[in-house]
Amino acid sequence: MSVPLLAVDGLCTHFFTKAGVVKAVDGVSFTVARGEVLGLVGESGSGKSMTGYSIMGLVDPPGRIVSGVVELNGRDLSALSAEDMRQLRGNRIAMIFQDPMMTLNPVLRIDVQMVETIRAHQRVGRAAALERSRAALVQVGIPSPDERLQAYPHQFSGGMRQRVAIAIALLNNPDLIIADEPTTALDVTIQGQILFEMQKLTRETGAAMIWITHDLSVVAGLADRVCVMYAGRIVEEGTTFDVLTHPWHPYTQGLLDSVPARGARGTRLSQIPGMTPSVQDLPPGCAFRERCGYATDECTVNPAMRDRGVDGRGVRCFHPLRAGTAA
Amino acid sequence: MTAKVTVTATAIRVETPLRRIVSDFCGNPVAVVGLVLLGVILLLALFAPWLSPQNPYDLAQLDVMDSRLAPGSKSPSGGTFWLGTDDQGRDMLSAILYGLRISLGVGIAATVLALVIGLATGLPAAYLGGRTETLVMRIVDIQLSFPAILIALILIAVLGQGTGKVIAALVTVQWAYYARTVRGAALVERRKEYIEAAHCLALAPARIVFRHLLPNCLPPMIVVATVQVAAAITLEATLSFLGLGLPITEPSLGLLIANGYQYLLSGKYWISFFPGIALLLTIVSINLVADQLRDVLNPRLQR
Amino acid sequence: MLVFIIRRSLQSVVVLFAMSLLVFVGVYAIGNPIDILINPQADQIDRERAIAALGLDKPLWSQYLTFLTGALSGNLGRSFVHSTPALGLILERMPATMELALTAMLFAIVLGIPLGLWAGLKPNGIAGRMIMTGSILGFSLPTFWVGLMLIMVFSVELGWLPSNGRGPTVLLFGLVPVSFLSVEGWRHLLMPATNLALFNVALLIRLTRSGAHEALLQDYVKFARAKGLTNARIIGVHVLRNILIPVVTVIGLQFGALIAFAIVTESVFAWPGMGKLLIDSIGVLDRPVIVAYLLVIVTIFIVINLIVDVLYSALDPRVRLTELKG
Repeated sequence: MSVPLLAVDGLCTHFFTKAGVVKAVDGVSFTVARGEVLGLVGESGSGKSMTGYSIMGLVDPPGRIVSGVVELNGRDLSALSAEDMRQLRGNRIAMIFQDPMMTLNPVLRIDVQMVETIRAHQRVGRAAALERSRAALVQVGIPSPDERLQAYPHQFSGGMRQRVAIAIALLNNPDLIIADEPTTALDVTIQGQILFEMQKLTRETGAAMIWITHDLSVVAGLADRVCVMYAGRIVEEGTTFDVLTHPWHPYTQGLLDSVPARGARGTRLSQIPGMTPSVQDLPPGCAFRERCGYATDECTVNPAMRDRGVDGRGVRCFHPLRAGTAA
Repeated sequence: MTAKVTVTATAIRVETPLRRIVSDFCGNPVAVVGLVLLGVILLLALFAPWLSPQNPYDLAQLDVMDSRLAPGSKSPSGGTFWLGTDDQGRDMLSAILYGLRISLGVGIAATVLALVIGLATGLPAAYLGGRTETLVMRIVDIQLSFPAILIALILIAVLGQGTGKVIAALVTVQWAYYARTVRGAALVERRKEYIEAAHCLALAPARIVFRHLLPNCLPPMIVVATVQVAAAITLEATLSFLGLGLPITEPSLGLLIANGYQYLLSGKYWISFFPGIALLLTIVSINLVADQLRDVLNPRLQR
Repeated sequence: MLVFIIRRSLQSVVVLFAMSLLVFVGVYAIGNPIDILINPQADQIDRERAIAALGLDKPLWSQYLTFLTGALSGNLGRSFVHSTPALGLILERMPATMELALTAMLFAIVLGIPLGLWAGLKPNGIAGRMIMTGSILGFSLPTFWVGLMLIMVFSVELGWLPSNGRGPTVLLFGLVPVSFLSVEGWRHLLMPATNLALFNVALLIRLTRSGAHEALLQDYVKFARAKGLTNARIIGVHVLRNILIPVVTVIGLQFGALIAFAIVTESVFAWPGMGKLLIDSIGVLDRPVIVAYLLVIVTIFIVINLIVDVLYSALDPRVRLTELKG
């Protein structure tokens, strides 16, 4: 098998707070192939955003990547100097954030914020950079781009701002885009447009994407593969179809059951009992065991990821929900 | 990011708010030093008559022969003037302890009065809104756009001098800060659900304002009040230094410093220097405490 | 923009009018105007003539009208002590105060913003903590006492700098006497300006620090980092542009405060500005001068506020001047 675009192996990002060590990301491993869309799914606090920041090298103190390897095109990113890492950010890996109202600098014009992104990485004249910025705005479907370049962020709607942020991410033709819940803060109709747009853009540009979300329905139409995170660990992964139709991990099952479905009107929506554990004082063993209907004494030992087969299907559970594969 | 939020949430559940505030406060050693220092200063001021070597304003205890002695000089009666004496042969240490009493007394009295007036105007303004609010806040805005010292000087120029008038000037200068702070806090609190719940229970407006709204507006008020005590003491000292503050019968620290001004140029530094140090330590300790309180009580910084 | 300035100017006239009413009531109605406005050395006949001439036998509203007409034509009364028009006396002293305040503000900006930025970017470093503790000291030090200590060290002990006065002045544009054009003038200016700047250095440090601190937590800084911008650009453009909005506002507003606080510094260093004149006038109850000072300083404040609002809208694209309430 050829070298994947991105390989994350045993990534641990911990926060050293006054109250103790918070293991926000605790041994996460996955790969992303060129042009692939990976959905990273989990509840808030499951460490999915922090995984994105760790790849970008944007973990702030008191947080620190304590172990693990992140390789882009076979190059170990932890070995890079701060300057080399900066050259990579916004150039080879781009990131889009959740709240478009907050990500653009309110006091700088759009053209300034776009041109600087290009000129941070390439020696290009202002005029050329401006032309590329304009093209990027057209690409993400912003009408009258010349006028829009002169505008300030507050003159855009939320959806438009997110399009601008996406345009900025695309400026340097990155190999990988990390999208951290970019549609969560938007209206449902806008959300659909942006999703469609992103799908189209990744196909056009050949960029791979990690789509971080808590929303399984978003992942369903977008991602090629899915990783489900719980309490800082990936508990299940596989192709989107496999994971969504035949979940192996009880937690994934629980997530799927709590999505309201058509035709289920009047029936009680199932929910996962208990609440998301604090990643600060996680008990040893499977983090989900206290909420899990299948838990046994065995679960006090942390299960390893098993069955990473040809299709990359794997689960971290002693009692996976499938026939004939009991441990 | 999100992980950290969960952590604090559980942490709060275990501790009472008071205990959290105390432990957060003690997290900064500089602030603890400030608090201890402030405690010592308050005690010194409170017990000044029992701690001072002499009563600096009992003329029978003063001897002109002792005037302008350097720090550490022996007095003929056997004692030592650790901080020297002033032009009337007054022991500076005793004068400073008495001066602290007056400075702190005036500062605290002015702050308490201003706090009460500020609350009495700011809370109704926020709660009632409408014309009351516009009127009160216009006055506050106009007043706050002028520096405190200017307003105080004008008042003194118009009212004349005297302890009561100085306090009146300090109160006039300060009430606006409290009115603005409490209104800001109350506007935020008023929109919260518990006030709505209180409305639904048809509680009397006065009860809602004083039992529900007021306690929740207190944290910022405490911070502002702490800062303002220091500001009041400084302002009083400045007025007294300019000769427009307290009368000579109430010698605050500012007046002591002003007394020594004329001797400073001839190298007799101690008459101005030591009262200044006492004033400085008082204000620094109050500000250190206020600074930490601001961080501890600010909900926005509790991440 | 123009509409805004015109509207604000009209509002300013209203404020000035209200202030003149307040000052009039304060000085003419509360105090005894005969004692205030007539030289106490005048004899009985002179007194009665003056009372009639000043219209003090007329009702209060008519007296106010007289005062107002006088004020509109620039006549705010004559100083008892100097026997010259009070307004002229104030204007004559204004350049000294302005020079002092401007120099102090310059010191504050040059020191306060870089130090505050440093403390905000490295809040847990030793330098950052020292800067913050130092700023508390700057807040706490009573201005007048620091002035005394400066004199004690640099004039009395070391003998390096003169302890009072403005020194020789040079006419700027052939009009305004200033000290900063000569070395000797600078020697006189240095201590008072430092003294006056101290509080504002501390203020700007804290303002810049908290601004930087807050800006660093914002998503747009994280996004700027994700774009791969250099730290220099993130801090110099993204963070600084956002901090500048409150900083410029405060600098503007503090400039008025500096002029007022110059009263204290001028008294300590015997700097011949309007503040020193005010204190002297309060001391001898030279009320026309007090009234003139107040009206002049209110005018200065109104002008400053107007400038600050215009600057504010220039710096923050989200603010439209028409939306600002006066």
